[in-house]
Amino acid sequence: MEWASQLCENRGLGSKMTDSKYFTTTKKGEIFELKAELNSDKKEKKKEAVKKVIASMTVGKDVSALFPDVVNCMQTDNLELKKLVYLYLMNYAKSQPDMAIMAVNTFVKDCEDPNPLIRALAVRTMGCIRVDKITEYLCEPLRKCLKDEDPYVRKTAAVCVAKLHDINAQLVEDQGFLDTLKDLISDSNPMVVANAVAALSEIAESHPNSNLLDLNPQTINKLLTALNECTEWGQIFILDCLANYTPRDDRESQSICERVTPRLSHANSAVVLSAVKVLMKFMEMLPKDLDYYGTLLKKLAPPLVTLLSAEPELQYVALRNINLIVQKRPEILKHEMKVFFVKYNDPIYVKLEKLDIMIRLASQANIAQVLAELKEYATEVDVDFVRKAVRAIGRCAIKVEQSAERCVSTLLDLIQTKVNYVVQEAIVVIKDIFRKYPNKYESVIATLCENLDSLDEPEARAAMIWIVGEYAERIDNADELLESFLEGFHDESTQVQLQLLTAIVKLFLKKPTETQELVQQVLSLATQDSDNPDLRDRGYIYWRLLSTDPVAAKEVVLAEKPLISEETDLIEPTLLDELICHIGTLASVYHKPPSAFVEGGRGVQHKRLPARAGSGESAESPDVGQAVSAVSDAPPAVIPSQGDLLGDLLNLDLAPPTSNVPPVPSSMQMGAMDLLGGGLDSLMGDESETSASHYRTEVQSPQPPECSERELGGDVGGSPAMGVSLGGAPVGMPAGLGAAPAVGGGLGDLFDLGGGVGVTAGSYIPPKTVWLPAMKAKGLEISGTFARRSGVIHMDLSFTNKAMSVMTDFAIQFNKNSFGLAPAGPLQVLTPLSPNQTVDVSLPLSTTGPVMKMEPLNNLQVAVKNNIDVFYFSCQYPISLLFVEDGKMDRQVFLATWKDIPSENEAQFQIKDCHLNSDAASNKLQGSNIFTVAKRTVDTQDMLYQSVKLTNGIWMLAELRIQTGNPNSTDLELSVKCRAPEVSQYVYQCYELILRN
Amino acid sequence: MIGGLFIYNHKGEVLISRVYRDDIGRNAVDAFRVNVIHARQQVRSPVTNIARTSFFHVKRSNIWLAAVTKQNVNAAMVFEFLYKMCDVMTAYFGKISEENIKNNFVLIYELLDEILDFGYPQNSETGALKTFITQQGIKSQLQTKEEQSQITSQVTGQIGWRREGIKYRRNELFLDVLESVNLLMSPQGQVLSAHVSGRVVMKSYLSGMPECKFGMNDKIVIDKQGKGGTTDEAGKSSGKQSIAIDDCTFHQCVRLSKFDSERSISFIPPDGEYELMRYRTTKDIILPFRVIPLVREVGRTKLEVKVVIKSNFKPSLLAQKIEVRIPTPLNTSGVQVICMKGKAKYKASENAIVWKIKRMAGMKESQISAEIELLPTNDKKKWARPPISMNFEVPFAPSGLKVRYLKVFEPKLNYSDHDVIKWVRYIGRSGIYETRC
Repeated sequence: MEWASQLCENRGLGSKMTDSKYFTTTKKGEIFELKAELNSDKKEKKKEAVKKVIASMTVGKDVSALFPDVVNCMQTDNLELKKLVYLYLMNYAKSQPDMAIMAVNTFVKDCEDPNPLIRALAVRTMGCIRVDKITEYLCEPLRKCLKDEDPYVRKTAAVCVAKLHDINAQLVEDQGFLDTLKDLISDSNPMVVANAVAALSEIAESHPNSNLLDLNPQTINKLLTALNECTEWGQIFILDCLANYTPRDDRESQSICERVTPRLSHANSAVVLSAVKVLMKFMEMLPKDLDYYGTLLKKLAPPLVTLLSAEPELQYVALRNINLIVQKRPEILKHEMKVFFVKYNDPIYVKLEKLDIMIRLASQANIAQVLAELKEYATEVDVDFVRKAVRAIGRCAIKVEQSAERCVSTLLDLIQTKVNYVVQEAIVVIKDIFRKYPNKYESVIATLCENLDSLDEPEARAAMIWIVGEYAERIDNADELLESFLEGFHDESTQVQLQLLTAIVKLFLKKPTETQELVQQVLSLATQDSDNPDLRDRGYIYWRLLSTDPVAAKEVVLAEKPLISEETDLIEPTLLDELICHIGTLASVYHKPPSAFVEGGRGVQHKRLPARAGSGESAESPDVGQAVSAVSDAPPAVIPSQGDLLGDLLNLDLAPPTSNVPPVPSSMQMGAMDLLGGGLDSLMGDESETSASHYRTEVQSPQPPECSERELGGDVGGSPAMGVSLGGAPVGMPAGLGAAPAVGGGLGDLFDLGGGVGVTAGSYIPPKTVWLPAMKAKGLEISGTFARRSGVIHMDLSFTNKAMSVMTDFAIQFNKNSFGLAPAGPLQVLTPLSPNQTVDVSLPLSTTGPVMKMEPLNNLQVAVKNNIDVFYFSCQYPISLLFVEDGKMDRQVFLATWKDIPSENEAQFQIKDCHLNSDAASNKLQGSNIFTVAKRTVDTQDMLYQSVKLTNGIWMLAELRIQTGNPNSTDLELSVKCRAPEVSQYVYQCYELILRN
Repeated sequence: MIGGLFIYNHKGEVLISRVYRDDIGRNAVDAFRVNVIHARQQVRSPVTNIARTSFFHVKRSNIWLAAVTKQNVNAAMVFEFLYKMCDVMTAYFGKISEENIKNNFVLIYELLDEILDFGYPQNSETGALKTFITQQGIKSQLQTKEEQSQITSQVTGQIGWRREGIKYRRNELFLDVLESVNLLMSPQGQVLSAHVSGRVVMKSYLSGMPECKFGMNDKIVIDKQGKGGTTDEAGKSSGKQSIAIDDCTFHQCVRLSKFDSERSISFIPPDGEYELMRYRTTKDIILPFRVIPLVREVGRTKLEVKVVIKSNFKPSLLAQKIEVRIPTPLNTSGVQVICMKGKAKYKASENAIVWKIKRMAGMKESQISAEIELLPTNDKKKWARPPISMNFEVPFAPSGLKVRYLKVFEPKLNYSDHDVIKWVRYIGRSGIYETRC
């Protein structure tokens, strides 16, 4: 036999070191042979056989059929064999629960073994066997092991509690293991303490409000003592746990920092990063004028730099974290620019990250060095890296004004290289430099125009077209250049088409006499021959504008553009603060909150930085009062980095983007509302900011231009000059106009329309109710409702001024609430609100704000400020607001989850007098993101199985029973199952609301 | 925490798979193979997210180690653990290769069971592990009770890296100061960045539980002593030789709180070889070599390269294993080299001229000139001109670090500091030592 001959050969080589033979491919009948060997009398043979079984298991073969035979080998005094059998058990016990019971006795016996290694092994393995019946037997031995005299057994038992909790949380609580685990924090052995901390932290994550860890100064002291003595891994567990603590005052904060700083010299990078996390967090509480604060800042830099001499994978983790730290506290590393210079042999992922940090650290002091480096990088091989380097040069120009000239000349040098992607990238950034420093560098336009033909990427083409349109009056042959693009208009990408349309309109407004034909051509291409609604709408808006009032058109299209901001690619501040609390973890690597990539409720609570000492909170309305005053400081514009490699990777499978996406200012909510985005942007003259464009600045309060408020009627030939030029236009227009009714209704309507686009079946939106009566708010009446449109939560508000004076300066702020709702941008009440006027505003909301459980759960406390006073009110939102679009669960998963959730979490409700059949109900519910996973018909009942996912990742499963046989019984029965049962009631309310309306 | 750990060969076949958490299924094994190992493109990140599962990987020769998780784990810890896992495996069976892994798969499973529990790393010091994971198939009854409790107390104890009762007839220790000096220089000879990353590696063969104290010419310590000292002269003379350390990290045996408060380095060392500390300096670095490049493009099909290297240290010292690597364009058709010293060769497969010199004393100079002939191409892309890199080894520490003392105290056994034989050696090597041309 093959095996036999191999064994013989191996004997020749010496009996031991040839376990690789077990990996050789096998053939039919192997299982049978193994069975015989497992039941052999010879111990050696048995062991050989078990090894073969494990090898097959590793490769992915199913050897579960051998279960009884392998378990029979468990009773042995050979430790190696025992461990192998245990390994097998851990893998297959779940598929053979009944047989696994056979092993229980041995486990229980082993837990009493005189050898502590065996006791620990038994309890460790038992915890890995996820079979209910076994866990029952586990409790007694575990209790003993938690109090074992040997620390090795105790440290193993501590982890075992976490294992058991993962299988059956209730059991752990009932058996009082949590208290025993808490006691272990005071254990004399540091490793026991560390493992107990790790276990408790994990358990606490799944009970956000349990206060399980109960960190107080005494326990903190114990942890800090253990920190000095335990293994490197234990130090990490303890530091990560410490980071969750909020010191009572700045003095406590300082004393903890003092005891943590020595960890910065640890050889293990993870210990260092976790220590950095604790320090960065607690530093928030220290007064800035304190000497110690400065000392701490100085102490942080060297260890961060040292991380860069670690292995490349760790360097990558460190760099992603440094990127956050540099944004939060630029002062720490401002003198360390050189260490981020790219080395020729760095892996590409390290190079790209270093480049990012270099730009963040660039300042007037070091710009010369940085530029020299960037120029060097722009000649490298890796295309992504080169592109990023070129882009970086542009960003330097925008960031450091003094360097702009040098940057521009460097870019021109690069354009001379004629390397295609370098040229294109350079043109894209030069466009931004023009935006930032208007009327300064236009002399280079000629050089740019020379490269027109080589541009084949949409972004570069769009940038070039923008430049030509913007500076049409200085480019003699601008019309020829633009016309050349027009030939292949329909083959261009949307970005280019939109840009071309705008550019030609600009050209026309600047040189009307020569370009009438051109503008007509582009308008008809955009409105009549295109299927793209964005393009059509923008075309019609221009057409209308031009034909109605060319003077207004000029004012709108050629308006002064807002400057683009200096800091680009910044992470939104609240997200940044949250990520700082996650230093060292995956969240800090992805630059996404854990809720964006972790399933279920685990670890998705948002962490916050502690408040600085002295910022006392008033008793009445915590946070809100002071926050409102801060609202007027517009949040910095945030520009998503398109080149963000990781982001792309993540998006690959996180699609569709839901509210998990980090909050973005309102100007960016346009993703689903291109109709509006494109239109408004261009009306603002902010043409470069099309929805797909890379750079994005905040569009400051898009004030509707006067002309569009006017009824446009049918009188197209209003202005004689236009009448001539657009002579042929009206013929084609009526049909088009009908298709774009919004144009007639002014921009206000456009806004609403934009909001509605993308909603599939139409979720139920309750009518507006009065939230704040005028009586209570010095004449300001606020009514509103909530709506979810294309995945974005909106708060639709109507402000009515019932007072005698004009109201201005509106701002809004929310108190902490159960689901972290927060305004995603400033409140945009554009014009002063005169007496008796009403204005409707739609405020997009994000769900990444601070979280605090409210009573009732869906309560939202709001503060609104205007020039008169600050007003408070509270309202309740339908929880269906939080149902996300990707809430449809896979059938299998649904089944498993349903079984997995304990039945005590199930809640039953009745919906009376509902006359819907199951399909209608299902459709209606789907509109509000309640998805039907499966339907079953039993006798006269239709059962719908439905799933819902909340923005914070909590799943809810529901079963809806509808009577079909008897027309008189119109009651529906609903049972809801959820890991967080307190939500069920609100879900029921939503069902009621949706089904009845 | 870590949900599972997989080891693959270069083809993507699983050699080891150990799952710790219920949320990781067998399909994760395949997901990594398909999306990373078999991916067409170069690896763009050591952390990959596939269908909400995160994969951390490191590669050792052609073996892939991947840790898998679905939670927000401590990423730095996962990589540190993977490196540690490699160290442990190397300590047990040598090089990490497919052959060795297959031969030791039972051992590896045993190790994985011990050093990772429910995804939490446990004690992973080889010194401790080797006391009870032996692969000798010891029968559990054979150990005495004392032995057992000794093992467990060591594994969980405060000094997890050293066992009690070690005895040597001759107490001896070796200190190696190993430095790698890194340089990036502009073609004009301007230092763009330079730093030394150094390691102090100790081999200790000492009896009992010796308490050690290590001293070096750290500027902060010497300045402190200088202030406390009686004469200013002492402070000045020693101040000259002291060096400013930017940052240092220590093996877990060193008492960090003591270093933080007194800047003294005290510890009970592990037995045998280990890395006591790492450090980094950026000031007053002795750059052992200076490279002066001269590249001239003669027409479109010819390049003239001249490179001069100058040694910059005491004439009595000898540098060894000197190698200068001069990159050549991809379209090189032929190269003629003339060098004064050593041997130079054009290696077409590496696109470089490699110039090797066995030995070179300090304060010397040597030169190479080469004519490179190019094939005419119509490739618009310019040659990127990679930097000229250098390798060497010198018998001193480029940072200027000096070991001042290493004192050993073992109160329980009767040997004193004087009885210990101590050896110190300095080796300076090139790290990334590049000059742009």
